[in-house]
Amino acid sequence: METKEALFEYVLRIGDDSLILGHRVSEWCGHGPILEEDIALTNIALDLIGQATNLLDYAGQLEGKGRDGDALAFLRYDREYKNLLLVEQTNGDFGKTILRQFLFDAYRTLLLTRLSKSTDEQLSAIAVKSLKETKYHLKHSSEWVIRLGDGTEDSHSRIQSSLDALWKYTDEIFFANEVDALLEKEGIIPSMEGIKNEWTFFVSDIFAEAGLVIPTNNWKQEGGRTGRHTEHLGYLLAELQYMQRAYPDMKW
Amino acid sequence: MKDLNIQELERRFQEKIDNDIKIEPRDWMPEEYRQTLIRQISQHAHSEIVGMLPEGNWITRAPNLRRKAVLLAKVQDEAGHGLYLYSAVETLGADREQTIDDLHTGKAKYSSIFNYPTTSWADMGAIGWLVDGAAIMNQVPLCRCSYGPYARAMVRVCKEESFHQRQGFEIISLLAQGTPEQKEMAQDALNRFWWPALMMFGPNDAESPNTLQSMKWKIKRLTNDELRQQFVDVTVPQAHMIGLTIPDKDLKFNEETGHYDFGVIDWAEFWEVVKGNGPCNKERVDARRKAKEDGQWVRDAAMAYAEKRKIQKAS
Amino acid sequence: MSNKEWPLWEVFIRSKQGLNHKHVGSLRAADSKMAVENARDVYTRRSEGISIWVVESNNVFASDPSEADSLFEPADSKAYRHPLFYDVPDGISHM
Ligand SMILES: [Fe+2]
Ligand SMILES: [Fe+2]
Ligand SMILES: [Fe+2]
Repeated sequence: METKEALFEYVLRIGDDSLILGHRVSEWCGHGPILEEDIALTNIALDLIGQATNLLDYAGQLEGKGRDGDALAFLRYDREYKNLLLVEQTNGDFGKTILRQFLFDAYRTLLLTRLSKSTDEQLSAIAVKSLKETKYHLKHSSEWVIRLGDGTEDSHSRIQSSLDALWKYTDEIFFANEVDALLEKEGIIPSMEGIKNEWTFFVSDIFAEAGLVIPTNNWKQEGGRTGRHTEHLGYLLAELQYMQRAYPDMKW
Repeated sequence: MKDLNIQELERRFQEKIDNDIKIEPRDWMPEEYRQTLIRQISQHAHSEIVGMLPEGNWITRAPNLRRKAVLLAKVQDEAGHGLYLYSAVETLGADREQTIDDLHTGKAKYSSIFNYPTTSWADMGAIGWLVDGAAIMNQVPLCRCSYGPYARAMVRVCKEESFHQRQGFEIISLLAQGTPEQKEMAQDALNRFWWPALMMFGPNDAESPNTLQSMKWKIKRLTNDELRQQFVDVTVPQAHMIGLTIPDKDLKFNEETGHYDFGVIDWAEFWEVVKGNGPCNKERVDARRKAKEDGQWVRDAAMAYAEKRKIQKAS
Repeated sequence: MSNKEWPLWEVFIRSKQGLNHKHVGSLRAADSKMAVENARDVYTRRSEGISIWVVESNNVFASDPSEADSLFEPADSKAYRHPLFYDVPDGISHM
């Protein structure tokens, strides 16, 4: 595998994470638990859509087949999406949305911090910009995890059950294969090992403060990074791609 | 000072208004002025919030990333507008959540335009162009409204609105110049939204008994019919320019008056929609009520957490 | 269900370095941290600010507008507090 090819695959993965999670969070717009939080969630969705645009445009450039960010976002088949299973999970209640966001933000902040120093200039530039946004998302989501965990009995049990439901998707965050090995060797991306250790420390800390218990079940789900998804992605893509599929080759 | 009789207070109040001096929250004001403002501003706030729904309907189906981001930012702005306005309502001693509950029980009204369904992407264009366009026309004069907090909120809102109309016009003009399917989609959206947009300015002046008092108090600066005419006059040429047809066979430029004459609005439909019989009244209010009910545990949790922290800090 | 609403906060924004914080409106938040974050999302979406203050509304104490005459009018008659009250002879500068 060539570096460029590997980098295309890698940028697609993290671009798809932003795209799919941004889509999910945008579903909240107009339905948030209070007006102020509605606005906050939409800001997060906007940041993620912006990151997806930058990353997928770059992926298209790397691929060199004339596809831009839109072509990649709207015109692939489900098996070609490389996002984490975690981010395609449905919103559920506000607690589940926040917990999904928190697990992702914690990983993404650690990743972007390192990618800011990537030897690939464009990737590093995107990372620098995204990091500022993502740090804020993490502040927002971790504060809410603590509030809900340590709020009322009801909120505690709700967010605990979301943690129980989502935990099985966390192992995949640290997925790495030959793509990563090659890029890591060239200093383009960091090692997942270091990120995993820091992530585990960080989330355990917040969960302790929130009074939440990490599930002990160790049977994990993965597949997103290789295009094997849960049932939820298909429905998401049906909406996301509706216009482009129903009215092909038009300008909007 | 404190024992001025009510007539004297009212006289001074009206004098201030006549001299374009703003009324501020803690100033003396007639009870009817306060109540009228609470009703008008909260209705306006509800319209912003309910107005998020028909457009929110297309966020997940926007045709490309740029449109998705623009639409998200636009709908988010409407949430902001609602918030600025609720914030103005609260300065009058009304409680935001109470006024929202009035919306949910059907006691409070909101702009009837949002009870129409958004069935195609072109509706995002039609809404931005026509609905935000009509809203701007309504709102610009309100920046000079006599009540300070309302006027200041409107200044902020109007600044943000101008991008809304432009993004809508951009969407619809692109479609109007696109493929036959797109053009048809654009015309269809205009056909469905034109008349409801004209209804946004409210009943004819003759049927609008409160207008006189509201104008005297300067919480309304132009009448419904004046605003509607302004809207028709600026919008018709825009439609022509992009090659769309206004669905009104009586529409004609009147050389004498310098204005467009237009057909008769179906007021029966208007009142039915106001009464709750529009195509989406129930869906809209249900969606807002559901959001509030589903969020109750979240708001309670945050409050409980904040209280625990306060106690912890104190001890 | 506690049904206790989040308190109201007044928001002040410094639009750029060197200017005062200015009142821009209010919002609801459960605690001060959240109030600052909500203010950021509600009132600075278009880069309107570089610094935020929030004050719980019930901690704001205001003067009584019906006493405005006795509070503020006495200052009107004290023109000697303003520099233009004084004549400076021609030829004197830097004063
Ligand atoms: Fe608005
Ligand atoms: Fe509006
Ligand atoms: Fe708008």
